[in-house]
Amino acid sequence: MPKLIKALLLFFIFPNTTNAQQSFPVNGVVDIRNDYFAFTHATIVKDAHTQLQNATMVIRQGKILLIGTNINIPKEAAVIDCKGKFIYPSFIDLFSDYGIPVTPKTQRSDIFQNLSNKEGAYGWNQAIRPETNAADLFSGDNEKAASLRKMGFGAVVSHQQDGIARGTGVLVALGSERDNLVVLKENAAAFYSFSRGSSTQDYPTSLMGAIALLRQTYLDAQWYKNRPVSEGTNLSLEAWNNTQNIPQIFDANDKWNDLRASKIAQEFQVQYIIKGGGNEYQRIDEIKDTKASYILPINFPLAIDVQNPDDARLVTLSTLKHWEMAPSEPGIFEKQNIPFTLTASGLKSDHDFFTNIQKAIDAGLSPSKALESLTQTPAMLLGVYDKMGSLDEGKLANFFITNGPVFDPNTFLFQNWVSGKKYIVEENGWMDLRGNYTLTINNPSGNDIYTVEIGGKAEKADISLKSKTDTSSIKGKINIDGNVVKITWNTKTDPAKMTSLSGIAGEKVWTGSGYDTQGNRLSWNMQLIAAYIPPKDKVKKAEEKETINTTVMYPFDGYGWTEKPLQKMLLIKNATVWTNEPEGILENTDVLVNGGKIQQIGKNLTTPLAGKTPIEIIDGTGKYLTAGIIDEHSHIAISGGVNECSQSVTAEVRVGDVINPEDIDIYRQLAGGVTTSHLLHGSCNTIGGQTQLIKLRWGSNAEDLKFANWDPFIKFALGENVKRSSSNNNQRFPNTRMGVEQVLMDAFTRAQDYDRMGTNKRRDLELDALSEILHHKRFITCHSYVQSEINMLMHVADTFGFTVNTFTHVLEGYKIADKLKVHGANVATFSDWWAYKSEVQDAIAYNAAIMQKVGLNVAINSDDAEMARRLNQESAKTIKYGNLSEAEAWKMCTLNPAKMLHIADRVGSIKEGKDADLVLWTANPLSVYAKAEKTIVDGIVYFDLAQDAQLRQRISAERNRLIQKMIHAKNNGSQTTPATVSFDNTYEDQYDDEQSNNFWRIKTEEIQP
Amino acid sequence: MKKYFTLLILFFSGVFSFAQPVISPAPPQTQTIALIHATIHIGNGNILEDGMIVFSNGKIIDVRTTAPIADIQTIDCSGKQIYPGLIAASTDLGLNEISAVKSTLDEYELGNLNPNVRALVAYNTDSKIINTVRSNGILLANIIPDGGIISGSSSIMQLDAWNWEDAVYKADQGIHFNMPSLARFSFRNRNNDDPLSNAQKEIDEVRTFFREAKAYYNEPSHISTNLKFESVRGLFDQSKTFYVHCNLVNEMMIATEFAHEFGFKTVIMGGADSWRIADYLKQNNIAVVLAETHSLPILSDDDIDQPYKTPYLLQKAGVLYTITDNDGNSRYRNLAFNAGTAVAYGLTKEQALQAITLNAAKILGIDDRTGTLEKGKDANIVVCDGDILDMKSSNVSMAFIQGRKIDLDNKQKELYDKYEKKYGIH
Repeated sequence: MPKLIKALLLFFIFPNTTNAQQSFPVNGVVDIRNDYFAFTHATIVKDAHTQLQNATMVIRQGKILLIGTNINIPKEAAVIDCKGKFIYPSFIDLFSDYGIPVTPKTQRSDIFQNLSNKEGAYGWNQAIRPETNAADLFSGDNEKAASLRKMGFGAVVSHQQDGIARGTGVLVALGSERDNLVVLKENAAAFYSFSRGSSTQDYPTSLMGAIALLRQTYLDAQWYKNRPVSEGTNLSLEAWNNTQNIPQIFDANDKWNDLRASKIAQEFQVQYIIKGGGNEYQRIDEIKDTKASYILPINFPLAIDVQNPDDARLVTLSTLKHWEMAPSEPGIFEKQNIPFTLTASGLKSDHDFFTNIQKAIDAGLSPSKALESLTQTPAMLLGVYDKMGSLDEGKLANFFITNGPVFDPNTFLFQNWVSGKKYIVEENGWMDLRGNYTLTINNPSGNDIYTVEIGGKAEKADISLKSKTDTSSIKGKINIDGNVVKITWNTKTDPAKMTSLSGIAGEKVWTGSGYDTQGNRLSWNMQLIAAYIPPKDKVKKAEEKETINTTVMYPFDGYGWTEKPLQKMLLIKNATVWTNEPEGILENTDVLVNGGKIQQIGKNLTTPLAGKTPIEIIDGTGKYLTAGIIDEHSHIAISGGVNECSQSVTAEVRVGDVINPEDIDIYRQLAGGVTTSHLLHGSCNTIGGQTQLIKLRWGSNAEDLKFANWDPFIKFALGENVKRSSSNNNQRFPNTRMGVEQVLMDAFTRAQDYDRMGTNKRRDLELDALSEILHHKRFITCHSYVQSEINMLMHVADTFGFTVNTFTHVLEGYKIADKLKVHGANVATFSDWWAYKSEVQDAIAYNAAIMQKVGLNVAINSDDAEMARRLNQESAKTIKYGNLSEAEAWKMCTLNPAKMLHIADRVGSIKEGKDADLVLWTANPLSVYAKAEKTIVDGIVYFDLAQDAQLRQRISAERNRLIQKMIHAKNNGSQTTPATVSFDNTYEDQYDDEQSNNFWRIKTEEIQP
Repeated sequence: MKKYFTLLILFFSGVFSFAQPVISPAPPQTQTIALIHATIHIGNGNILEDGMIVFSNGKIIDVRTTAPIADIQTIDCSGKQIYPGLIAASTDLGLNEISAVKSTLDEYELGNLNPNVRALVAYNTDSKIINTVRSNGILLANIIPDGGIISGSSSIMQLDAWNWEDAVYKADQGIHFNMPSLARFSFRNRNNDDPLSNAQKEIDEVRTFFREAKAYYNEPSHISTNLKFESVRGLFDQSKTFYVHCNLVNEMMIATEFAHEFGFKTVIMGGADSWRIADYLKQNNIAVVLAETHSLPILSDDDIDQPYKTPYLLQKAGVLYTITDNDGNSRYRNLAFNAGTAVAYGLTKEQALQAITLNAAKILGIDDRTGTLEKGKDANIVVCDGDILDMKSSNVSMAFIQGRKIDLDNKQKELYDKYEKKYGIH
């Protein structure tokens, strides 16, 4: 029964073609056609798996009436002979903005915009616009439709590509009829992205903000279903709820974003169809695990002009390699059995469409899968396969006619029929006029006979002529327009002195008239004597058949792994072991690592029987073994912005949502002995985002980088940054340290009130996080500088009954070390930073030592991707500034941060049973001369000096290979783009973010630590 | 008078609870001093064990193995290391006090071509940064104006003076050209114009400026005097140095081309990629003032230790180079440690020391007066309890600028004392 209802619904939704009535008045005489045609003798490709030879298809009123090899052609149908032609179901693009006005680009003004400026009963955030209905905005665009038809498309889902919730798309046919007739289905799918588009509102500024906003909107929409009085009417949430049951398409546009979208889908139990970014092959296992269907772009990158070594210098291996690998992506999806469709979205020119599909086929995609992915798959994803996506009786008459197999390089489209209407793509070649002819010229003086050869391409023929007496032939020009022909050729050597002939081409006989060079009129005819025999396909030369190095690095970076590093049994022998435990420093000591843990510490340990696990013996003679360095304050490996700067309280955003496992700084810091990093939100607002603790497991995905079972933390900040002191025109509350206190009081008061609400409350992600602080389930690390503000926050914490876990930076901590101790806070500071802004004028390099001597748990942190590589040196400065012992100094970057992060039971010292996060140093680790020779996380060697040397060679060789390949491509006529600087970061637009490499940050805004 | 007396007592007892204004510049050397029984690092690669250095009237008069010496104040430096005063070849010391407070910045002048702008007149001897820098052994610094394409004229200052005039060690020594970057950025190319053409245009403007300046000198008298042309006269007779701030190979090539066309004594500032063309720089006699060793590689494919080992690569190729620290957060006091890191990546300790002493002096044109501990040179001397390049032992206990024993106190030490007292942890 429901099936019947569905069928009925579809019946009404789709234009009903059997009834020719319409409401539109006609100016003139009504001309109703049935569009009744029979296509005969064709090779009909019904779908990717069914091909009929010498078959017939009959269409009527925009639909396929009959299809098969044994069809009685209805008398009323006009017959179109398609001998030698192929008929395909036309393509469907799920990701288009065809016929939708592009929202004008907006610039955010300096004026703080807290709420949406959209008028009407809509939601609070301008980037959440589910009420946008593409059908309301749609208006056909003949030029663009023609371009899409040229690529073989017959229908697209079009939506306004703007905002985080973008509203619904409309399924439209690509005909040029009245808009009423091309709109096939409203609300065909709902669209989402991480990009706030034209929204002028401040929130969200970051990727983590966009994710938080989406999550909160799911919750709000659920809550809104009960129509809470306090909310009134919210048309945005209403539209959101009304569009949840149609296909949900997420424009993620990058492999990591795909996974981020998938995580949201899991949380809220929705299934996204994910529009990828073309780099999914770089993490295909994780992509497969999402169990989502994908829309893949085929706008493969152009070769880069790297002929000049200065240009090549700026382009990194990952960029070069992506150029080589990108066309492999659809084929890899096919092999992995991940459902996908292709989109023309992002292509610069319509010529690129077939060219790039051919590239994908060359790189491993099967032609039948290519066809399926453009026809059946999108139709099924949309739930309209009963209406389109194959050539079957009753389906829409959306098909195109070609001269050969659709993805062959020499194939082209003659006609693309949309809803039973013909649209000509290429008129020429329908009749293949190529062949050998006898040309007879009727002169006033008599008849001349020539032999004519018409060759070249069917749609673009060339001509040559030979007189009976002559052996050499003369090249001419032939122009065929439909069946009207015009022939000219060079008269210099032409014995007939003809300048031009024109006439009508027939299947076997051509006739016409013309003039010779004297202006004498003549007539002519041409008889076919032999049909055209196509020259044999040139065998691709060996060098043209490009070899692709399909090895993928994890991460996709020069220093990535090609094979996952193994967890082995390790026996480090005869090292000087700095334990950080009461045992202190142990000379000539062995450490045995097994199963990722420190199993045994002792002298002359015997090599145990390793069993199945391989064992590696590491000679530690003359070397120093320590626990791995822990950086309490880091901003590496974060995508899409370190700050959600738009509000003073953004406790809802989570760094854990936006980990960038490909940040090269992970590897660089491993080389500095770092094994654990606390990734913090920036200091732009009083209550920033939730932090993420990671282990530097280089090569892992975001989830696997996370430090398991840690106590969650949140970043707070005080002082100049949060009161926007660097802005000349701050409008965001607070503007003073007085206001900062009130932001905190307000936030925790709201959290208390929220706690007291019943179970039916609106779940608020921001207050959830604050409530966790109140319940000692989430812990604060607070960016702070001057003593007054530090004291203030401790008072706020006392008022609400919690302890501030960590003050970070805390450069005036030495002034109130006693109070900090009473409160029970930990402190993490810089070794010697000062005087970069007003609030750090009293910062002193002795800060750490004083706080240590007063009895605080003190860490030295980095807040800087470079300095994090030398936290051993930075800790050593506490010996110089304040005369701490080496043992005390070393704990500053190992055990002490472990304690303040509540992970000292697992890391931070060398103790049996603890995680094998170890560093083998070439010299006293506190010395400026020490280098990390091996850095081990969970018993896996992630950095090794010798291996690093090999990687450098690999990078150099692989770069050279790809640069030569690009130069070769350029010399062979490939289009190129100029070389631009490849950034460390996935998002180059972040070049002015805190973590971008200072080197390229030229004349951009300085960001204060 | 009584007040003066109290102040003196405070000075000698080392009790400071407030204010660094009482950290006064030292009076000129009146007595001959001999530092004895020290390990003396000459600055040119040589080490003198159990050495003795004698200086008088601000000049070194003798450096040799410790021997009995009569009627001279001797200071026993047993177990200590003695170094030439370190030279910071690239700083904005005294021009930039608190980076985020605009009113304390005197670094960026308006306009593109400002060769006539002079750093020394804005050099603030009372900057609180200076004392923290010299207590880490840095006794001389090159003060460079920034902003615009030709940012102005730099001067070398000694770091113990009452006013800028007294501080000048070598006035208006160099002219600074901030070469526009010749790298393309895709995000700056949204308008589809070639982003490099603008840079080339700016570079050409500078070239034209110098061509016109050169022609201007052909005529001794002018109806209208051009101060900008006048200010670069010294470049043409090599009494001044042409400092070109650039990093990429094509940029350094252009700098070299300037050197050839105009005959300038040319130095690259920054030089991130100088190692790529080290031989070329050597052949063309171009020196390099490297940016901080403690920098990230500029691209992710680069050797992860590239900036750490660049000094070694230049050393190996025979390029004259120095290492600098112009870090805006730690404020320039880690010069020795930037050199120390380069030791872990290839240099010998003495080479690293030479890089920030003699090499810097050569580049700045003051090697006739300082840069090594040799007879006849200024007594710019640092006494260190341990290895000055290694932070864990780098405690400077004494320092002399032109023979004057300078006060190594600074605001941070004062606050340290104050709070040690508060907590009774002295």
